[in-house]
Amino acid sequence: MKELLVISGKGGTGKTSLVGGFAVLAENKVLADCDVDAADLHLLLKPTVRETREFYGSKKAVLDHERCTGCGVCVEACRFGAINMGKGHGNTKVQIDPISCEGCAVCSYACPRGAITMKDNLSGYWFTSDTPYGPLVHARLGVAEENSGKLVTQVRRTARSMAEDQGLDYIITDGPPGIGCPVISSISGVDLALIVTEPTVAGTHDMERILQLARHFDTKTMVCINKYDLDEGKAEEIERYCHDEGIQVAGKIPFDEELVNALARGVPAVTPADSGFNQREGRASKAIRELWMKVSSCLE
Amino acid sequence: MKLAVTAQGIDLDSAIDPRFGRCQYFVIIDPDTEEFEAIANQSLTTSGGAGIQSAQFLADRKVDAVITGNVGPNAARALQGAGIEVYTMTSGTVREAVKAYKEGKLSTVSGATVGPHFGMGSGAK
Amino acid sequence: MVIAVASGKGGTGKTTIAVNLALTLERDMPVQLLDCDVEEPNAHLFLHPLLDVSEKVTLPVPVVDHSKCNGCGRCSEVCAFNAIIAIGTHVMVFPELCHGCGGCSRFCPMSAISEEPREIGVVESGHAGQIEFVQGRVNVGNPLAPPVVRAVKSKIDARQVKVVIIDAPPGTSCPVVASLKDSDFCVLVTEPTPFGLNDLVLAIDVAKELDIPFGVVINRSGLGNKDLLTYCRREKVPVLLEIPFDRRYAACYARGGRLVEEFPELKEAFRRLWQRIRALATTGQTEFRGPS
Repeated sequence: MKELLVISGKGGTGKTSLVGGFAVLAENKVLADCDVDAADLHLLLKPTVRETREFYGSKKAVLDHERCTGCGVCVEACRFGAINMGKGHGNTKVQIDPISCEGCAVCSYACPRGAITMKDNLSGYWFTSDTPYGPLVHARLGVAEENSGKLVTQVRRTARSMAEDQGLDYIITDGPPGIGCPVISSISGVDLALIVTEPTVAGTHDMERILQLARHFDTKTMVCINKYDLDEGKAEEIERYCHDEGIQVAGKIPFDEELVNALARGVPAVTPADSGFNQREGRASKAIRELWMKVSSCLE
Repeated sequence: MKLAVTAQGIDLDSAIDPRFGRCQYFVIIDPDTEEFEAIANQSLTTSGGAGIQSAQFLADRKVDAVITGNVGPNAARALQGAGIEVYTMTSGTVREAVKAYKEGKLSTVSGATVGPHFGMGSGAK
Repeated sequence: MVIAVASGKGGTGKTTIAVNLALTLERDMPVQLLDCDVEEPNAHLFLHPLLDVSEKVTLPVPVVDHSKCNGCGRCSEVCAFNAIIAIGTHVMVFPELCHGCGGCSRFCPMSAISEEPREIGVVESGHAGQIEFVQGRVNVGNPLAPPVVRAVKSKIDARQVKVVIIDAPPGTSCPVVASLKDSDFCVLVTEPTPFGLNDLVLAIDVAKELDIPFGVVINRSGLGNKDLLTYCRREKVPVLLEIPFDRRYAACYARGGRLVEEFPELKEAFRRLWQRIRALATTGQTEFRGPS
C-alpha cells in the first residue's frame, strides 16, 4: 500500500481539484482530506457520511466561580494572557478566555483554592464516508480551534486502517496549506509528496519553503505546475529550479476554464475512462490524466 | 530482565507494531519465563511527544530493552537517557521477536532510525 | 484602525487585497502593513521592502541545573506537552516540544530550573515606499506560529500610524485567530466557487467568534457560479468589492506586479473599498455584523 500526499505550501494552487481528478482515475484507494481547517474535497466527492466521531483536541482551563476568591495568582501565572480580572461574570469577575488558553494547566496548579480544572475540549468532528469513487475520511475542525495536527493524525490513521482492512492499494491525501503543525503531521512517513505550484512569485516562493520542509523529513517529492500557461516564463523558471534540485516535474496543467466550470458544478474535472466523454475531454483534464500515470508509476 | 515489544495486539502471536511512540500495545515479557503482560499505549492519542512519553512509561516499568520498528530522535534520546537498549525488527510476531532476541539475532541502535513524527500517520508498510 | 485581511481558503487573493489597499492609501495617510502569514509570508514579493531590522522571536525553554535537581519529577508532572521528563532521577528537556508556559520552573521545589530563549522565528521590519512594513517568518520545521504572529503584532504603531493592514494566514485555526484578534474590521476575501463559498462561511464564523465586524471581497468574479452572491444577499453580508476575473490581472499577479499601479480602474475600485471599510468600521457596526 502506498500513501500519496498532495500538498502546496501556498493555498489556492489547485490541490483539491487534482485530488478530485485522482479520485476518478486511481483504483482501489481510500481518500483522505487532511486540510481540516478548511476541508473542501467533500464538495467534489459528494460523500454519504457513514460514521461521525467527536474529536477532543486539547484541554482548556475551566474556572469554578464558587471556589474562586479572586486572589489573581492565576492571572499572574498565565503567560498567554488568557485570564483576566474584572471582565468576567461571577462574584470575583475572573474570566478565562478559552480562545487564548494554551492548555498548559499552569493556572490549575497555581490556584491555591483548586478552583481551576482542565477539561477536554470538543474541538471538531471526523467522518468516514462513502463516495462514488471510494471511501473518504474527512474532518471538520471547530472554528478558532487549535491542535489540527492531532486531528490530521486521526484522519491519516483511520484512512490507513481502512486501506489495510480492505486491502486497498493507495491512500490519496489532500494536504493542508502552509508549513506548520498540520502539514508536519501530514507529511511524515508518506511514500510520495506531490507538490502543486503555480507560475507566480508567491507560488515559487512557497514551493521552495515546502521543499525545505520535505527535505527536513526526508520525503520523496515530485512537482506539478498548475495553470502553467498563465506565465510560461515563470513556469520554465520553476522547471529549471526543480531540475537543479534534482526534483522531477511530473506534470504541467494548463489554465482551462473547463476546470473552474467543473468546480462550479461541484464535480471532479476528469471523467471516468469508460464514460464515453473522452472525445470532449479538455486540455487540463488530459494533463491530469497524464500526471496520474507519472505519479502512480513513481509510487510502484 | 524485562523486554518490551511494540505490538499491534495483546498476545505473543500479535504482529509487531513498527511505530514506537504511537504503537497500539506494549507487550512486556520476561524472555526466560515467557511470562508477559500487554498494556495499551496511553501515548497513542497524545498530541505531541508520544515517543518521549512512551520511553518514560517503559522506564517507570523498569524495562531493560525494547524491540520496535523505528524510533524517532526524541524517543531515542529519552530511551538512551533511561538506559533502555533499543533493538529493531520491522515485521513478524512478538513471539518471533523474542526468539530472535534470545538467539542474539537482533542488532541494537543508539540513535534515531527515522525522522521526527514518523509514526503520526504512518504504520506498517 | 486595524484592518485584517483574511480568508478561509488559501489562494483567494488575500495578499493581493492587503498589498493593493496599502498602496492605495500610502500617499494619503501613514500606513503599516503586517504580514502575519508567518508560514508563507508573501507580501514582500510585491512590495520589495527594504528590511533593515531583524529580531529573533524566542520562547523561554527550561534549563535544568542538575546539581540542584533532586529528581522528584514534579516538572514532568506539570508539563502538559511532554517537553520535560524525569526518568528515574534524571531530568531531560525536549525544547522543540516546549510551549514556554513556565510551569516547570515555577513549580520546581528545588529552584533547579531556569529558562533560556530558543529561537522559533524572526520578525523583520522596514519600509516599502511610504508603507511601514513588518513581516514574521517561522523557522521551517517549527510548528509554533502563534507566538511569531503575536511578535509581529507587537510592532503595531497605533500612535504614528492611521491604518494598520494585517495580511492573515489562511484557515480558521490558532494562527488565524492570533492574527485577527483585536482588529477593528475584517475583510474576508473569497472567490465564486463552491470551495470559496464553503470556506467563506467558516471564515465568517471566526470573525463572529472574535466579535469583529466584517465584509467580503469577491475576487475573480465572473468565474464559477452565482451561489456566493446569493448567499451574501440572503445573509446580509456586505460585499465590499468585486474584482472581475481577467487574465491580465492574473498575469500581473504572477510576476509580482501591483494591480493599482497598472490598472487605473482597480485603483478607483480600491479607493471605494477603503471608503466602505471606513464607513462600516466606524459607524453602525452592529447593523453590518451580519446574521448572528
